[in-house]
Amino acid sequence: MEFINKNLPYILAGISLGGQYALISIGYTMVYGILRLINFAHGDIFMFAGFAMVYLAASTPLYVSIPLVIIITVILGFLIERIAYKPLRSAPRMSVMISAIGVSYLLQNLAWYFTSGLAKQYPKIPWISGSITIGSATTPIVTIITPILTVLLVIILVMLIKYTKIGMAMRAVSKDFETSQIMGININSVISFTFIIGSFLAAISSILYFTSYSTVTPVAGAMPGLRAFVAAVFGGIGSIPGAVVGGLIIGMCENITKGLGWTTFSDAFTFALLIIILVAKPTGLFGEKTTEKV
Amino acid sequence: MNVMNMERNGLNNKSTFSAVSEFIAKNKIGFLLIIVLYSALFILEKMMPPSSMLFVVLKKGAIYALVAVSMNLLNGFTGLFSLGQAGFMLIGSYTYAIFTIPVEDRAAVYQYFDGGIIRFTVPVFIALIMAGVAAGIFAFFIGLPVLRLKSDYLAIATLGFAEIIRAIFQWNKLGPITNGSNLLKKFPSFSSVLFPFTVAGISIALIVLLINSSYGRAFKAIRDDEIAAEAMGINLAKHKLLSFVISSFFAGVGGALLAMYQTTVQASAFKAAMTYEILLIVVIGGVGSITGSVISSFLFIACSEWWLRFLDSETYIGSFKVPLLASGFRKVVFSVVIMVIVLFYNQGIMGTREFSSEGIARFFSRIASRNRKEGA
Repeated sequence: MEFINKNLPYILAGISLGGQYALISIGYTMVYGILRLINFAHGDIFMFAGFAMVYLAASTPLYVSIPLVIIITVILGFLIERIAYKPLRSAPRMSVMISAIGVSYLLQNLAWYFTSGLAKQYPKIPWISGSITIGSATTPIVTIITPILTVLLVIILVMLIKYTKIGMAMRAVSKDFETSQIMGININSVISFTFIIGSFLAAISSILYFTSYSTVTPVAGAMPGLRAFVAAVFGGIGSIPGAVVGGLIIGMCENITKGLGWTTFSDAFTFALLIIILVAKPTGLFGEKTTEKV
Repeated sequence: MNVMNMERNGLNNKSTFSAVSEFIAKNKIGFLLIIVLYSALFILEKMMPPSSMLFVVLKKGAIYALVAVSMNLLNGFTGLFSLGQAGFMLIGSYTYAIFTIPVEDRAAVYQYFDGGIIRFTVPVFIALIMAGVAAGIFAFFIGLPVLRLKSDYLAIATLGFAEIIRAIFQWNKLGPITNGSNLLKKFPSFSSVLFPFTVAGISIALIVLLINSSYGRAFKAIRDDEIAAEAMGINLAKHKLLSFVISSFFAGVGGALLAMYQTTVQASAFKAAMTYEILLIVVIGGVGSITGSVISSFLFIACSEWWLRFLDSETYIGSFKVPLLASGFRKVVFSVVIMVIVLFYNQGIMGTREFSSEGIARFFSRIASRNRKEGA
């Protein structure tokens, strides 16, 4: 009991951070499942949502700005796909990845330009910024809300993919790009829809994440983005439950390494985890095995 | 494989001297151009004030050219999409710095760690080679597990290793060697632009020789089709590791040069953003073109350090404030240009072609013949 009481704040914070990573990593995993592309810009979409909130909350009430942030982020994700990835659909995979890195570079530089590189204070959101006491531990409400919201959103997403027509199309495209095209699936709308879902979840995650970190900087999306990608690989790329489990594990690990006083190594540890899983079980925890045909 | 062996034997049988003289005779104009370039640099340095922006561009451009070519060897010629270049540069620059800080200055540099535990220095030239070797050794051990991975997984794993290397070098427990997260300084640096040009020039020449050898042909075969290359008897694991280690060796040397140029080193500067920048230089120059990488690194550095600087400062023409110009605008313009190149000119400046003296000669003779036709 003593141990739990002492470490409860770390564990709770870990679960909450893990939930936020899980929401971002769903975006990675879905895009990778369909396009076989690491969307390096995804972390920056997440950062962009943070800045959008900072600026919108300054001029509009929260019940307007939160939906607006989500809409703007979704539009951004959609546009990035249309402008930067769609023209390269038949190009080698390396070019698309370079394009993704270019978009990420562009978004970071744009953010730097508009904010002069200064960290901006994230607005306080009344329902989730306060704190709450559980047992002997006091934690911000956001640590309680995040896991609940994550689970809820994931359930909705899984239902969407399992039972709707567009979900079925997404599964088909991720199985076989060309064949599903022959079967009459409109590839472009499926891909756009994937980016829209990914950006939507990134926007939600950014609201939760930046509420607990309180400032936004132009490079704020880079590391969470990479960690969420590691989470997606860890859970098995293409698998949504895998992304959630991976996100939770990465979030917990990060907070435990920080709790033990190894802050310098928290990123290194995440990547060490990635390399171990890639070498030992490249398909991740829940990934499907693919065979390469010659 | 047989053909390759025969070629290798053939080269060995010929006396080295005659091979070299034949090589020089074949590339007479090229060598002449190189000599002209170096003497022009020598004269420029005598004539212009040393604080001129031109020298900043030339020095930094030469260093980035070396690093970009080393990345191109991996990404463009072997088809391994690696994003670990900043990590290997970090190893190189730290190795160089650690072994060349004069003994009497160590107490001041390692002020939090009792002067460090290394109490000797080595000459600059040996330290440069040590920098490359250290990076190469790290690359060997990283490459063993990582090179089994395919394209994007390889990219993310090498990016991860670069981050791990950075964390290790900033670790306080290693402070007596690496000075923790503090600056390393007071090691010997260069003042003449000829130094980075010579080191980078020799290194790039070695890479070109490698690419034109039978190993280089094996690399290209792996790039074009891994399975076909394996079927032709190329040992994939061996050649990939070789390319990875050699690329890292030269990235390490480039890192050491960068340390000399900056006169201080700090691990926190070698972020993934640095790798991205080098990757973009390679893309602008053309993936798979050595001369393209060289040209684009000079262009990139000239634009970011010199020609486009004005975009970053607020400017008034009379009382009219030029719109948009503000701190950070230069990088925005840059990233837009890069996106345009990636999307519409994905060949870059050179594609996979090379800039050669014969090419120029052909170009001029074509113009001459066209003029003659128009005249007739």
